[in-house]
Amino acid sequence: MVTAERVWEALAEIPDPEIPVVSLVELGVVRDVVVSEGRVHVGFTPTFLGCPALEVMRDQMAACIRNLGAEPDIEVLTADGWSTDRITPKGREKLREAGFAPPAPREAAGPTLVQLQARAFRCPYCDSSDTQLENLFGPTPCRSIRYCNACRQPFEQFKTL
Amino acid sequence: MSAQELLRLADDELILGWRDSEWTGIAPFLEEDVAFSSIAQTEIGHARAWYELAAAELGTDADADALAFDRSPDDYLCAPFVELRLVDDWARTIARRWLYELADAIRIEALKDSDRAELAGLADKIEREEAYHRMHAEMWAERLAGEARFRDAVDSLWPHALGLLEGEQRELLCERAGRDAVEAIPRGQHTDELRPLWDEMTMVRRSVVGASW
Repeated sequence: MVTAERVWEALAEIPDPEIPVVSLVELGVVRDVVVSEGRVHVGFTPTFLGCPALEVMRDQMAACIRNLGAEPDIEVLTADGWSTDRITPKGREKLREAGFAPPAPREAAGPTLVQLQARAFRCPYCDSSDTQLENLFGPTPCRSIRYCNACRQPFEQFKTL
Repeated sequence: MSAQELLRLADDELILGWRDSEWTGIAPFLEEDVAFSSIAQTEIGHARAWYELAAAELGTDADADALAFDRSPDDYLCAPFVELRLVDDWARTIARRWLYELADAIRIEALKDSDRAELAGLADKIEREEAYHRMHAEMWAERLAGEARFRDAVDSLWPHALGLLEGEQRELLCERAGRDAVEAIPRGQHTDELRPLWDEMTMVRRSVVGASW
């Protein structure tokens, strides 16, 4: 009989479809796992509602649970707001190592343009904070583009959500 | 909140997302190409979430895709404001983005106070994402503030923008935009520009019934 603990371990092996250096568990999108009578219910939140990886994530989790010999029941929780604060410390470290600056902690009121235009974000390559906002938007909804004036390297900054 | 009210929100977001996506590949420079593509993607993601709630409210078999693509153009409840095809006029495009985000923030804030957890929760999530759209719009509005073309664009689109909201929310929009109330171009009638957009948007669904990709 599969246990919730075993399911969490298995889900922790699934890489994020768009940033495969982190797993879905490290990304903090898996909210709960409930096992009962051979069925495994997983509640998960999309990062951004328009994230095209949503279906891929759902299908990968379902396949993973079937591999454990249980019947998956994956629920997408749109009203349970994911925040980038849910990315685990290990997930943040992996992002940085792969050249993605991890998100700044979310404050009560959320990010402002003044904050984002300030030189307070560290370059994931050289650790300088002499970086500037190039574009609020990037290759996926969850990323912005910044430029490091110290090592002259553009880099992707995870948006604070 | 009724299914009709949810459909208004969903249709606004879907049609505006579609219009914003028309800049993909032809925006004035690469950063805006990326920005408009990303904004369009998130607006359409919001539309999907509202359509899902509307589908649950209607209690029919129609899913989000069916509500988005299988209705006839006359049945859409979007405001004329979002239907306008504004490529290749950057001043009008930015004027619409700025006015739309001002108006959208007002209705989303109100929904965050809803008694229904699924509505309030979704509004909160959408509000966080929209924060980036608002920053983008504000950045541009500030940059173009001294341009006569931009001011003319805001003037000409103002009656349309007012049509997004009603009652007290409309008054709040006047206050936040710093503009006087004028006669609004309200919801309930469509522009001639919706039909060609609908033809394009629903082409695959109509050509291959039940297609998935």
